[in-house]
Amino acid sequence: MKVEAKPDFQTSTAPKTGADLLIDLLINEGVDTLFGYPGGAVLPIYDAIYRARGTIKHVLFRHEQGSIHAAEGYARITGKPGVVIATSGPGATNLVTGITDAMMDSLPLVVITGQVARGIIGTDAFQEADVMAITTPITKHNYQVQSISDLPRIVKEAFHIASTGRPGPVLIDVPKDISAGELFEIPAEGTIDLPGYQPTTKPNPLQIKKLADAISRAKKPVILSGAGILHGKASTELTAFAEKHKIPVVTTLLGLGTFPANSPLSLGMGGMHGTYTANMALYEADLLINIGARFDDRLTGNLKHFAPNAKVAHIDIDPAEIGKNVPTQIPIVSDSKEALVELMNQTSESPEAGDWLATLNKLKEEYPLWYKHDPNGMSPQWLIEAIHKVTNGEAVVTTDVGQHQMWAAQYYNFEKPHRWVTSGGLGTMGFGFPAAIGAQMASPGSTVVAIVGDAGFQMTLQELSVIYEQNLPVKIIIVNNGALGMVRQWQELLHGNRISESILHTHPDFVKLAEAYHIRGYKIESQEELITKLPEVFAYNGPVLMDCRVLQQEKVFPMIAPGKGIHEMIGVKPS
Amino acid sequence: MKRIISLTVQDRSGVLNRVTGLLQRRQFNISSISVGPTETEGISKMTLVVEVEDEQRLEQVTKQLNKQIDVLKVSDITDKAIVARELALIKVAGSSQLRSEINGIIDPFRALIIDVSKDSLTIQITGRPDKIDALIDLLRPYGIKEIARTGLTAFLRGHQPQVNELTTYSQIK
Ligand SMILES: Cc1ncc(C[n+]2csc(CCOP(=O)(O)OP(=O)(O)O)c2C)c(N)n1
Ligand SMILES: [Mg+2]
Repeated sequence: MKVEAKPDFQTSTAPKTGADLLIDLLINEGVDTLFGYPGGAVLPIYDAIYRARGTIKHVLFRHEQGSIHAAEGYARITGKPGVVIATSGPGATNLVTGITDAMMDSLPLVVITGQVARGIIGTDAFQEADVMAITTPITKHNYQVQSISDLPRIVKEAFHIASTGRPGPVLIDVPKDISAGELFEIPAEGTIDLPGYQPTTKPNPLQIKKLADAISRAKKPVILSGAGILHGKASTELTAFAEKHKIPVVTTLLGLGTFPANSPLSLGMGGMHGTYTANMALYEADLLINIGARFDDRLTGNLKHFAPNAKVAHIDIDPAEIGKNVPTQIPIVSDSKEALVELMNQTSESPEAGDWLATLNKLKEEYPLWYKHDPNGMSPQWLIEAIHKVTNGEAVVTTDVGQHQMWAAQYYNFEKPHRWVTSGGLGTMGFGFPAAIGAQMASPGSTVVAIVGDAGFQMTLQELSVIYEQNLPVKIIIVNNGALGMVRQWQELLHGNRISESILHTHPDFVKLAEAYHIRGYKIESQEELITKLPEVFAYNGPVLMDCRVLQQEKVFPMIAPGKGIHEMIGVKPS
Repeated sequence: MKRIISLTVQDRSGVLNRVTGLLQRRQFNISSISVGPTETEGISKMTLVVEVEDEQRLEQVTKQLNKQIDVLKVSDITDKAIVARELALIKVAGSSQLRSEINGIIDPFRALIIDVSKDSLTIQITGRPDKIDALIDLLRPYGIKEIARTGLTAFLRGHQPQVNELTTYSQIK
């Protein structure tokens, strides 16, 4: 162990244990908030947190899953790693869903788990779980700390790995004897030692030239914009590029907001519940420029029918995504912004795509998103539109998973990036509400709306305590259809209307539930009630829960049924 | 098709688990795997023989392996000029009377008898997997009691021929 004076530690007293060192290292990385839950194996770390109070904030969630989804919401809004702490065994295993969710959606997290002391690892000790083995396939990387002197390097590497290249979760498993271990000398500043990790961020100029040439020759070009634009903070560049060449843009579910929804070049979302125009554009295109999307099956539908006539260019920072699902003629491994800047520097011509744009505009007019107004109740789509209106389309919107998620994606027209927080790859029910807590903590001045289902909300509602305690003005909108709506829809459409275990016959009184947690709650049963209540709710600077009763039978349309091609949408027009 | 994949990795705990777990998750069959230290301290070499359906999946798994933080280099060396060897220990039934007869069989393989007991003989052979298979076949009539094989280990020859000569060097089918 090298001994060196460390004058830049920010706590006033020198660290005393491995845990104190760990907390100091987190502060040095710029961490201001910890999302956590204590327990036996992390008691030394919580001692250090106690000593560091005032320098770093810890928010106590009511379930580890809540803490990690909140950290994901925080990471999605700030682009900085969310930092989670949990104890060994059950604390760590409660994080598994969130870690997987972050891995699938490329969210930077640094997850710190306690572990039993090194001497008893492998003996089935109390609250021991093989967290390293459990999390190996669901982390970008993981570490178990074997010596206090490794901590500075490991923490530095963890933040570096989590937040560079294709972001993702990194876990640090800290045995109790390491965190409790007395620190006799302050280890030297950590240095990153990762010869096997050098993400490519600059595009190959030849491939850029190839793409520029392909653009000038294209007759039916389309851009597919994914979350890679968010990670590269490249929305402005994307918009400039699309406008320069008059190329229409389809966004993925996670890419909503990367391109302004009201732009004439915007075709909306593609995929299973995307717009007819977006999907037909992908189907008919002769040049498909994918920027930072991973050709997920919910986007492509049956691969046999996906972009059958297109030359495919794919810009992605992760080389393993290129060619994984769709054969790619122009592979560009790069950061999205760097590639777009280089593309803008090319002097090649814009495509002659006037006819193409005219055709797409006609499709847009002919096949807009649609729903029926029912005099007997509130349509969920209308509810989303009403929320859009009262928030001027400027809220940070988080969702859970299900029908309400798709309606929020379809009807809350996102104009700006970093305002949309949803679980895309893993489709994790229980994500939406805690993610809103993290988003609100990341952006205290923003209006944050959690649009959740009546079923999914009940998976993580215990975090109501947190919004009360922290006085976070999150607005919870329960899109209450008395059902596991998305499951019910599939059963109705694809399983012969056999409605099996997807109706929620009893519900708690959500208003009383909110009140039990000291939060304002309202039951909304009609459009009129909603219209009168919404302005008041959104003017109030505190948390509110709205239990909005919507039509149970409503379905998400249009839709690509499983196994079908992207051009075979059903429900494209009112029947 | 079988492919030989050579990996240079950092010798850190969990790296073998990451590599084999990844192959399992992406549904690759591992025929053999061998791991050991290299000329550089802290760096290990792994040689994997895997069963792959098509080029596209091979490329995908190579890229996924490359993404692992502790993996420094991944190369499919199947079609390169390589030296590839495996070691096998084969225990056959029989007493020392059989010794000269067995010696006659194993001699052309440059194998050795390394242990003799009352009722068994143990043979050590080094070579390409097909050569080992051939010897095992010849020894089968004597009654094979036990086999232990190391799995293939390989690296590039000092000299790499021009591209058009390559196919003749393919070591396994
Ligand atoms: C943890 C988890 N379990 C199960 C599912 C499968 N699933 C997807 S949507 C859905 C129904 C969700 O119901 P609700 O939260 O009320 O939303 P709605 O579809 O009614 O809007 C279910 C069960 C899931 N995505 N996540
Ligand atoms: Mg529901």
